[in-house]
Order: sequence, then structure tokens, then C-alpha cells
Amino acid sequence: MEIRPIVASLKKHRIPTLLIVLQIALACAVLCNAVFMIGGRVRQMRLANAIDEQGLVSVSLQGTDPKLIASDTQRNLAALRSIAGVQAVSVVHTLPLTNNNWGWSFGITPDSSVTDQKNTNVTLYFVGQGSQRALGLRLLEGRYFSDSEYVDNAIAGGALPNTHLVVITQALGKQLWPGQSALGKTLYSKPNYYTVVGVVADVLRPRLWSDNRKSYYSAFFPVGADDVLRTYVLRGAPADRDRILREAIDALQTANPQAVVKGVTFQAIRDKYYADTNSMVWILVLVCAVMLAVTAFGIVGLTSFWVGQRRRQIGIRRAVGATRADILRYFRTENFLLSSAGVVLGMIMAYGVNLYLMKQYELERMPWYYLPAGALALWLIGQLAVSGPAMRAAAVPPVVATQPA
Amino acid sequence: MLAYYFDLAVHSLKRHRVLTALMVLAIAMGIGASMTTLTVLHVLSGDPLPQRSGSIYYPQIDPRNLVDYSPKVEPPEQLTWVDGMYLLHARRAVRQALMTGGMVPLQPAQSAIDPFQAAALYTSSDFFPMFNVPFKYGTGWGEAEDAGKVRVAVISSALNDKLFGGKNSVGQMLRLQETAFRIIGVLGDWHPNPHFYEWYMGGYDSDEDVYLPLTTARDLKMEHDGSTDCWGNSGGDPDHLETVNCTWLQFWVQLDTPASVADYKRFLEHYSQDQHRAGRFLRPPNVRLRSLMQWLDYLKMVPSDARLQVWLSLGFLAVCLINTVGLMLAKFMRRSTELSVRRALGASRRALFGQLLMESGVIGLLGGAGGLLLALLGLWLIRQQPADYADLARMDISMLLTTLLIAVLASLIAGLLPAWRACRVAPALQLKGN
Repeated sequence: MEIRPIVASLKKHRIPTLLIVLQIALACAVLCNAVFMIGGRVRQMRLANAIDEQGLVSVSLQGTDPKLIASDTQRNLAALRSIAGVQAVSVVHTLPLTNNNWGWSFGITPDSSVTDQKNTNVTLYFVGQGSQRALGLRLLEGRYFSDSEYVDNAIAGGALPNTHLVVITQALGKQLWPGQSALGKTLYSKPNYYTVVGVVADVLRPRLWSDNRKSYYSAFFPVGADDVLRTYVLRGAPADRDRILREAIDALQTANPQAVVKGVTFQAIRDKYYADTNSMVWILVLVCAVMLAVTAFGIVGLTSFWVGQRRRQIGIRRAVGATRADILRYFRTENFLLSSAGVVLGMIMAYGVNLYLMKQYELERMPWYYLPAGALALWLIGQLAVSGPAMRAAAVPPVVATQPA
Repeated sequence: MLAYYFDLAVHSLKRHRVLTALMVLAIAMGIGASMTTLTVLHVLSGDPLPQRSGSIYYPQIDPRNLVDYSPKVEPPEQLTWVDGMYLLHARRAVRQALMTGGMVPLQPAQSAIDPFQAAALYTSSDFFPMFNVPFKYGTGWGEAEDAGKVRVAVISSALNDKLFGGKNSVGQMLRLQETAFRIIGVLGDWHPNPHFYEWYMGGYDSDEDVYLPLTTARDLKMEHDGSTDCWGNSGGDPDHLETVNCTWLQFWVQLDTPASVADYKRFLEHYSQDQHRAGRFLRPPNVRLRSLMQWLDYLKMVPSDARLQVWLSLGFLAVCLINTVGLMLAKFMRRSTELSVRRALGASRRALFGQLLMESGVIGLLGGAGGLLLALLGLWLIRQQPADYADLARMDISMLLTTLLIAVLASLIAGLLPAWRACRVAPALQLKGN
């Protein structure tokens, strides 16, 4: 197809041409960045979490006497164990995705202290007996804690447990000792140190980092009865979990009438954590869809106008031998040229917008393939939008050429 | 004259219903999306204390050691107990208050209500007068209660409704963490947004249930929530927060004149200098004294998602407007024949231009009305979301008028170019063909 006549005709309609190109460019820039943001958020929502999310229920207990914590904990665990359908029970101080994060920085050399810059920030999960089964942690290497390793009052108001054992996630092991097994290695934060006895599959932290890898830097510390362990976790079949939750709340409230008891399924914890992200994703999807629709309608409108304006010329071309397919191709090619100009400009704008967002909102750099993908989307939409008017143009009979304008 | 133009516009718009509908819809969607996000931003970046915010300041000093020190580093966001108490008792400002948030178990006397965790603010007496906090019943406490660690409480009107059915509860007892507190005040309508004075427990819509003297709360070892940032070998042992090297308290001052602001900053510098000389502060003096609004800005209180959404929707509005310009151009140019006849019959270019612009204006008005409906729908959708600011997303009169104004302005701007092009037709030139 000869494109020179098309370019010549577009030159005569500078303003509408410019408008379409600008609209496609803007749409391309917004689309690329919006899709990039959607992608990042969806990836974060899909991060795997190696605990039994479906069967897990948690009930927290606040406002009981810290001095009685040892006997209270035993009594509460026994009450929870007697609920029908409960497979495992334990007590922990926090859970993934609860926003309740206890972080600390560790190094791998004995002189590391908490403020060293090169240290790795890690979430501390203080866990009670039976926590491996109750949470459904998947052991990959080494062992979990034995019953005698849970020490009462291991935290006792401090920041770190006064024990010396730890189980870490695979991601943390890889970060601290790349290419080596983490088993037998030691985490240091003067004057405390912890020997790695086991490695579990990756468990998310209570709060996620923008770098997805860092969201898995978790470490588990065995703790006996202690004032910080106030979140009871129960594991059962997913079908039973709502009933287990109700009965667990009742059981704990009956056993501790003055305490504040709050229960929630892990599914609800996850939904709450991701609620904002989820709604942002929907807003972005909606804006993209509506914007593409508006762009398509704009193309339909302007092309229809052109077709109407050129009815006579089309008739003449048909009369001198152009086929319907030729006319169809003319408008398709014209639209392709406009879209191409638009997406080239659009990709430059998209890149610029991304640079700005990186600076202002600490967004990551957009991978290059988003640009051609956005361009492709707009090319397709352009071709789709131009079909209707182009078909109408092709239907103009050659006889129009003989009628007065 | 204008009425005639208006009639013409309506007539012309009716003739091309589909095209008109497309333009109105494009403007409505662009305006609807941008006004939704702009309203959210407007609400989120509002002034929490409209009458007072100009004279409220947030002092910062830097008591940390030399680890990670560089001259440009910002001081910590909070104060240690030692510094906070010193600044509080120094009384160099008109008013000053030291505070931190926490959750405290509340055991109601009414057996019908289960115990629950109440959101608490532990603060000092100036909090109430400094922030102009309204009282429905009773009053706040004074310095004597602060000094005596007296067990008194001020409660929110929501808690008063919940526990006492909205009746005057001053003088009643309240059990918090197994300890009896005497209620001395019930707050009126007090919902500052953003929740500027204590932001760790949630930046928006996070009113406290109870307000207790900070000294009393520490005396009873009530749990402090929020952030505790330590350095050196200090752990954040909750029982010894008075002595550890940790910042965990927020401190606000009221300074009414520029001179007193400068004085206060000098006072902070002198204090830091003294502490540095005494060897307690290892860093050279590093102080800040931001006003309330500057502080909110520094904290980046407005969620960045809200700002991103505004940018996105403005981009979307631009696409919609360019689209409308294109459609309008098509529409006006299609009427070249009609316009040139009217020119030939004596209509001036000016009159035609006015008529065409009137047509764009009507489209804008319709689009604006549609956009307003869409924005109301968008805000309703946002209110269904679980974000802590969701409930605040409401349109106010100023945003409503802004919406309509922006819609009409946008469509007039969109109409300028097409109208200008269209009325350049030569009179009667177009007549020849017919």
C-alpha cells in the first residue's frame, strides 16, 4: 500500500490528526504506567506464604494479669484443645500480615550490633510449643524446636529472647549465607546470638516490604509462657474454621471473663491486609478500561467524520477502479500511521511519567516490555475502532462520483 | 441574546444525539474520575485545626549517638522521656503537651458489654486548651493532676454514648486495666483529620476513646503503642521507658508570634548544645521546629496511593478532553455549510463563535452534571472500602462547585479551537456546490 497519498491527506487535516495522535499518546502513557502499577500490586498479593492459611484461626487475649501468664496459658491451651475438630493449638506473639511487626537487625559476625548498617532487618516471630503444627510450617532443613527448648519468660520485657536457638526462612538463609546451608550458622546482635537449627519454607512478615524478597525475612524463636505470647492459633479443616473460631472465642471469654478477647480467621487477616491494595487495583483497572473505551470512541467519531467528508472522493476512487478492499485498507493504513505516531510519542511519555513516579513515590523502574505491550494494545484498539467507519467507507457506491457534491 | 444562543445550541445538540451523548459521556467520565480522586486528596490533606494550626509547632531534637551520623540527617520523629519532660517543664511556649498513644483494656461495669481494648491517649494537661478541644461535660485535668499522677480520665463522646447512653458521666468510675479512674470530662465533637498529634495508631479516623494523664499511665505501666526507636544497646523495655535511650513521645507546642517561634528554636538549640557539652547528646545540635502543616507534609501523611490516583485521573481527564475537542471539531466542521449560509445572511464571525462556544458550554454543563453524579458514585464506592480514611470521602459544597466549574471551563477550552476553526468559513463559499 502506497502511504504517500495518506500522508498528503493527513497533512491537509493537521488539527484532527494531531488530536488523535495526542490522545493515543496520552492513553499509551497512562496505560503503561497503570498496568505496571497493577502488575506490582497483583504480584504482592500473590506472594506465597508457607503456613496453613486456609485452616488457621487466631484469637488474641488482652488485659489479663501478666503474673499469672504461665498458668493462664496452660489452661487456655487446654480449653482450646478440647474444641471438636481442632488439630493443633499453640500461642504466638504475632502472625503474618497483621501489621504487628517486631523487627530487629542481625549480622553474621560476632561483633554485629543492632545499629550496623550492613545488617539485615528481620521479623522476630516468638512462638510457643506446638507452633510448627499449629501454623503448618514446612521444615526444609534441620529440625524444629524440642519441648525443652521453650523457655518461660524468655523475653521478660526485653527486646530479644535470652535463648540461643532460631529457625529461619529459606529466603533469609539465602540472603545471609548465599550459596551455603544456613544450618549451624549463627545470627548475631551484641550481646545476643542465635544458632540456626532449622530452615522452613518462606513465611511472610507482618508487614510487607516493597522489595518482595525482603518480605520473607522471618525468624522463629522458641518461647515458653511469656507476657508477649497472647495470640492463640488453632488449626482445623477449612470447613470447620468458622465454627472453631466461634467456639474458641467463647472458650477463652469464659475462662477469662475480664479479658478482651478478639478472634479472626487468617483468611480475614489476609483480606484486611490487602484490602487497600485490592481496591487500588480495581480503580486502576477501571480507569484503564474506561480510558481505552473513550479513546476508541474518539477514533470512531473522527474517522466517521472523515469518511463523511470524503464520500465523493471515495466514490471517485471506486469509479476509477479501486476495490472495496482498497478503500478498507486505506482507512486501516491511515489509522495504523496515526497509532504508530501516537504510541511512539506515548512510549516516550510513559517512560517520562515512570521516571517522575520513581522519584516522587519510590516506584520501581518499569521493565522495558511494558512499553511495546502498551503500544500493541493501542494499535489493536485503533484497528478495532476504525473497522466500523472504514466498512461504511468501503460501502460507498461508485455512483456517488457522478452525483453533485 | 444568550437565551437565543442557548436555544440554538440545544437544537443543534439534539440533531446529533449520538455525537452529543459521546461528548457528554467523555466529559462526565473524565470529570467524575478526577473529582473523586481530588475530593479524596482534598479531604486527606485538609487542615485538622483550621483556627489554630498556624500557631502549633512540633519541636524535634537529636539525642542519638554517632552511629550512622551525617550532618544532613533528620532528627528522630519523637522525643525521649528525659528530653520530653524537660521541655514540658521548661514551659518556654504558651502551651505544651507531651503524649503517646496506647491500647488499654476497658472493663465496663455494665455486664451487658464485654471488655474491650480502648484506644487511649496518654498526655499532659495543656493538650485540651492547646488544641481547643471541645467539651460536652466537665473539663480536662490540670497540672496538679499531672504532677500527682491522679487517676482521672476524659472520655470521647462516642465512648460516653456506648457506656452511659450519652448522659453526663462526669464523676462516674471507669475501670481500665483493673484500675478505677474517675471521669472528669466528656469530649464534644472532636475528630481532627488527619489525626495529626499521634499518627502511629492510624493517620485518619482514629479518634481515641479515653484520655489519661501521661504520668498516671506510666505509673500504672500502661502499654504504650506506636513506635519506640532505640539506639546504642538499649532495648525498648516497656517497664523502663523513662531511662532507656529510646524516643517514643510526641511533643507539641503553641507559639503565637514569629518572634516566639524563633526564640523557641534558639531554646532548642541551646538545650541541645548543653546536652552535647555534658556528653549526653553525642551529635552536635540538630533541631527542627516545623509548623503543624509542615509536619504533616514531612510525615507524608497523605497516602501516596491517593496522590497517584489523582495523577492517573488527571491523565484520564486529559484523554477525555482531547477526545471531546476532536469530536467537537468534527461536529462543527460538518456544519460548515450551515455556518456559511448564516455568514452569508449576515451573522458576524463573532456571533457564530459565541454560538459555537455556547454549544460547548452546554455540553460542559451536561458533562459536569453527569460527572458530579459519577463522582458521588465514586465517593460512595470509596466509602465502601476498608481504608481508614474511606469514611471521610465525602463531597463538600466547595468541591461540588469546583466540579461544575472545572467541567464547564474544560469544555469551553475544548470548544475554543473547533469553534475558531469552524467560523473561519468564508460566507457563501460553501453555498456554491449546492
